[in-house]
Amino acid sequence: MNMINKEPERHEIEALLPWHAAGTLSRRDADRVEQALAGDRELSRRYDLVREELAETIHLNETLGAPSARAMEKLFAAIDAEEARSPRRQRSFDFAARISEFLSSFTPRTLAWSATAAAVAILVQAAVITGVVVKDGGSIAPTRLASQETLATGSYLAVRFAPQATAIEVTNFLGAYKASVVEGPKQFGLYTIKLETKMPADEVNKIVRQMQEESKIVSLVAVKQ
Amino acid sequence: MQATSDEVLIGRIANGDRLAMQVLYARHHVRVFRFVVRLVRDETMAEDLISEVFLDVWRQAGRFEGRSAVSTWMLAIARFKALSALRRRPDEELDEETAGAIEDPSDDPETSLEKKDKSGTIRKCLTGLSAEHREIIDLVYYHEKSVEEVAVIVGIPENTVKTRMFYARKKLAELLKAAGIERGWP
Repeated sequence: MNMINKEPERHEIEALLPWHAAGTLSRRDADRVEQALAGDRELSRRYDLVREELAETIHLNETLGAPSARAMEKLFAAIDAEEARSPRRQRSFDFAARISEFLSSFTPRTLAWSATAAAVAILVQAAVITGVVVKDGGSIAPTRLASQETLATGSYLAVRFAPQATAIEVTNFLGAYKASVVEGPKQFGLYTIKLETKMPADEVNKIVRQMQEESKIVSLVAVKQ
Repeated sequence: MQATSDEVLIGRIANGDRLAMQVLYARHHVRVFRFVVRLVRDETMAEDLISEVFLDVWRQAGRFEGRSAVSTWMLAIARFKALSALRRRPDEELDEETAGAIEDPSDDPETSLEKKDKSGTIRKCLTGLSAEHREIIDLVYYHEKSVEEVAVIVGIPENTVKTRMFYARKKLAELLKAAGIERGWP
């Protein structure tokens, strides 16, 4: 058996034994500890002591039982009381959270492939746009063309967002009404937003009234003719 | 089927989703309770505290930045609540007194029987450690927290985490020795 000759190194490895026993070391550190244990009988004996402590700590904690239902009742009563006092949140379709949730369901490998594919797609798109601009001598106005095209379909509203509205609130607001910004900001901070589907006038007016009630997020909403 | 991650649950809670709160509570309340009860040594107080911990989670979910695991964040909140509660309770028994009870060398038959039960003695000595040492031993061995995570929960540098764990184990060995169990370390 080859004991670790350098005392500081041995001390450092020994300090890691509790985490090695619990399986919470990085791969690199775990390998270091494994190598040290393989060549040092005394360290290996001390590791057995650590494992003994770990087993008894788990045993001790498992005998502590669990809280009664009272704790949960108290918690949700407090939440109810708080929400009744100040309903700080409104249920809405949180688009950003849904995207995040959707992405988190993939494995890292799948995400890596998706990211690569997206990067290639962006490069190809950039090349095509550059080609068009160069070919036409830079005469096109992409923003104007895009807005003209989108304005041809769907229901459109003119909106001015409240100064205190955060980006997340605006995103949630748009998600909740299934709307997207197609133009702006223009004069007086006005944006044009498009509702996902074209609706009858009375339906659009109803949505406008609902939006106007969200004064913390929008300061002006009107149907765009 | 993949369970919804804690991070996703926190995102939903930030949006006011009570069901997500129930899922998160069901997933973590026992461990948080055990962590707290080991610190305050009072089940009723621990129950009150975990309600407060999860209420803070409900309130602060929107501010969770994901720099650490959700369970690490919750244990940090729980620790803060437990220590604040202990500061409000001046009659908290001294840890040294608890340790002293274990070092009792009397020939009490119960004590003698206990000495034969090594596992039981180790558990009793684990209970006799100071709050600081109990905490770090539990976080590492029971809550499976890495050096980095313990540093976040306790609010100390990573090297101090290792040193504190070493001294907690050393103290445990001393208590065991006093209780008649010589392990040949340190």
